[in-house]
Amino acid sequence: MTPSPPVLRVKNLSVSFDATEVVSQVSFTIEPGECLALVGESGSGKSVSARSLIGLAGTGSRVHAETLELAGRDVKDLSQRSWRKLRGKQVGFILQDALTSLDPLRKIGKEIDDALRLHTRLSPGARAAKVIDLLTSVGLDDPVRRAGQLSGELSGGMRQRALIASAIALDPALVIADEPTTALDATIAAQVMELLAGLRATGSGMLLISHDLAAVAKVADSIAVMQGGRIVETGPAEQILGNPQHPYTRALLAAVPAGKPRFTPLSPATQPAEPMVSARPTVSAAAEPVLRARSLSRSFQIPGAAGFHAVQNVDFTLFEGETLGMVGESGSGKTTTARMALGLLEPDSGSVELFGEPWSQVPEAQRRTRRPGLGAIYQDPLSSFDPRMSVGALLADALSLGATRNPRQHRERITELLGLVGLETGLISRNPATLSGGQRQRLAIARALAPQPRVLICDEPVSALDVSIQAQVLDLLDDLQQRLGLSYLFITHDLSVVRHMSDEVLVMRGGQVVESGRTESVFTDPQHSYTRLLLAAAPGIAAGH
Amino acid sequence: MTIASDTDRRRPRIWGAARWLLGKLVGGIFVLWAVATAIFFGIRMIPGDPAEAIMGGPGSQASAEALAQARADYGLDEPLVIQYLTSLWRLATGDLGTSYSLKSPVSEVLGELVPATLVLAVLALLVAWALALGLAVASTRSGKLGMALGSGLEIVSAAVPHFWLASVLIMFFATALGWLPPVSTNSPAGLVLPVATLALPLAGFLGQVMRDTFDEAHRSSFALSARARGESETGVLLRHSLRHAALPGIALSGWAFGSLLSGAVVVESIFARPGLGRSLLSAVTARDIPLVTGVALLSAGAYVLIMALSDLAERLADPRMVAP
Repeated sequence: MTPSPPVLRVKNLSVSFDATEVVSQVSFTIEPGECLALVGESGSGKSVSARSLIGLAGTGSRVHAETLELAGRDVKDLSQRSWRKLRGKQVGFILQDALTSLDPLRKIGKEIDDALRLHTRLSPGARAAKVIDLLTSVGLDDPVRRAGQLSGELSGGMRQRALIASAIALDPALVIADEPTTALDATIAAQVMELLAGLRATGSGMLLISHDLAAVAKVADSIAVMQGGRIVETGPAEQILGNPQHPYTRALLAAVPAGKPRFTPLSPATQPAEPMVSARPTVSAAAEPVLRARSLSRSFQIPGAAGFHAVQNVDFTLFEGETLGMVGESGSGKTTTARMALGLLEPDSGSVELFGEPWSQVPEAQRRTRRPGLGAIYQDPLSSFDPRMSVGALLADALSLGATRNPRQHRERITELLGLVGLETGLISRNPATLSGGQRQRLAIARALAPQPRVLICDEPVSALDVSIQAQVLDLLDDLQQRLGLSYLFITHDLSVVRHMSDEVLVMRGGQVVESGRTESVFTDPQHSYTRLLLAAAPGIAAGH
Repeated sequence: MTIASDTDRRRPRIWGAARWLLGKLVGGIFVLWAVATAIFFGIRMIPGDPAEAIMGGPGSQASAEALAQARADYGLDEPLVIQYLTSLWRLATGDLGTSYSLKSPVSEVLGELVPATLVLAVLALLVAWALALGLAVASTRSGKLGMALGSGLEIVSAAVPHFWLASVLIMFFATALGWLPPVSTNSPAGLVLPVATLALPLAGFLGQVMRDTFDEAHRSSFALSARARGESETGVLLRHSLRHAALPGIALSGWAFGSLLSGAVVVESIFARPGLGRSLLSAVTARDIPLVTGVALLSAGAYVLIMALSDLAERLADPRMVAP
């Protein structure tokens, strides 16, 4: 019995663009049926490493490797023509967001068919049958109809499955999956991860790329942690998760909010919170409700279809100085509820009270003067900034309630705000587009704080961020809450985030609240079956690492 | 090719198509009425007596009796409202009247002129598309410098006025090199310069919008996925990027065709080429109301038709839009 060669052997891989080396001396081996997770922040070089493994590092890149073997074959100096024969056949590649990774103008059946057309001599009829088989094998219902649909007509999970089908069409020896579940809801992500894990049973090796150690914990056999283009630690998954040696690995693990009590700093960069004496009122009957929703309902008309009930009979109360977490999957009505709470969308029935006074029922002219008391931050801060305004102008605009965009008029308050959210004063003249994701969200928070609100509505504020940056932003929100006595309505699809952040939690599904209560009791003793389903799907790292 | 297989399963597709067609038809009729009205009143604001124009212009020294007779013959002595309603009624019944200057029915005159202009405009549109796509592909594939060069070339050609370009082309290719005739005949050689004059600015314009989309598609995740599937660069180009690049081009082509018709006025005059544009110019100079109205209505009608066609083409090319 001869042992089959590793599906991938990489020794001292380096990739540079112009003079900058973005990947240095990276080495790893993947055996058949093994899953190696490459984990690190955005910009750590993990995606570039993966792309250079299939000869697609990009224009202007220089790739060097001592060894680069695919299923025992040396592919170091392969021509593009030979590479094309290997790509798709020997290596399947799954990119992060299937919405952008499948051509929006083509039917998904066609996209899957491409792999077969390029690498087999099957007749069109046989290929069509194989496409249906593949769609069935990745767990898509009604595969014949799906094959004729455009990627835009499918849900995120279905798209990702279709993309996986196109990558595994020819039973490749190696599957590379670059952040395959980042854009998905927890239950869908868990299903996709399960599907990927199942591929290993057929003997395929897998390279799984992620920024989140928790996301790969269930699937990975071994883990390589990447920082600044280098692998800083590598080993079996249990060892990396249970006994991390490198400080960066420890930081990544600490950044995972799962299992961390309220107000525990997640990021090593966060200073231990100053001892707060007065700010945080202990939960008592005396705590005043600042935002209250009473049986809010809202439906939307869809042309040619019955009305769609986005939100039905939602009640909640947010108390002063507390955080109310609202958790649910895409389409569960979270954002619609948030927009009604902000007074941006009229409820069909029900009402919202702000600071004990009517809010949703009064005309906008009356709301306007009270708006400074209520702020909001969103998932994608960049799209909420006017692209022509500098950081200083954005803050001046918010501070003056739209009267001026001249940063010089509010110099002191701008400096104060930037300090509050941990941004340097030097950024005042910068354009937000040149800031990093974490800096942008800090700026969004600073802008929301400018009119000195007492309540902040946070709609998926950390969903687009790396786990390590997410940790910093969550720490910042915690810190601000303690310092300023803010109340948060915190909306997220991530259970571990909501558990870490909230005093009380609402679990939403299909526009309705299925369960609500004090966070710890909901999480430790869930009553509704849907809550239990969500908890089971949530990625997590076994406690006690 | 089937389009949007089941995006609109609830209603029969034929109803959607009928509604679309009806909308275009009503819109088209409205446009034609607006054009007829604007022309009718607009041309009467030009100082001078239309009867004089009928008699051959101010130089004809027509007698007062002859002028009065002409006025009576052409209904010019009626109140303006009656004249307007009469002319609308005639147009509605398909009677475009008789040209003052050419003394023959306008429909006949137009019938002779339309093919020449149509050939010119369609050829120019095709050449512009070919140039724009070619430049987009070539410049994207030759790196940053190519992109900058391509973009610069497009801006310059999009900004060049027709009359200037025509003069330069004549000077260069007809006068200096003698390769092509300076006056356009219907021979293929005679078409080259007029078509080039119309196509080059349009190609620059189309190229600008197409190249950005093309470049975006070529760098997109779906293009990377296709390459990772083993697709060649040519395959990515044909199956993905070009299709994306064509969409804004198709959307603009209706507008572009309209601009070609107005460009034809200049080009046909410079190259002494018979056609709608040149006739429009001489008809306006001669205050030939029926002919001006005829040319304008025909252009507007063509524009409406082309806009509808480009809308249809866009829906066919982009399966995300519901087919009519």
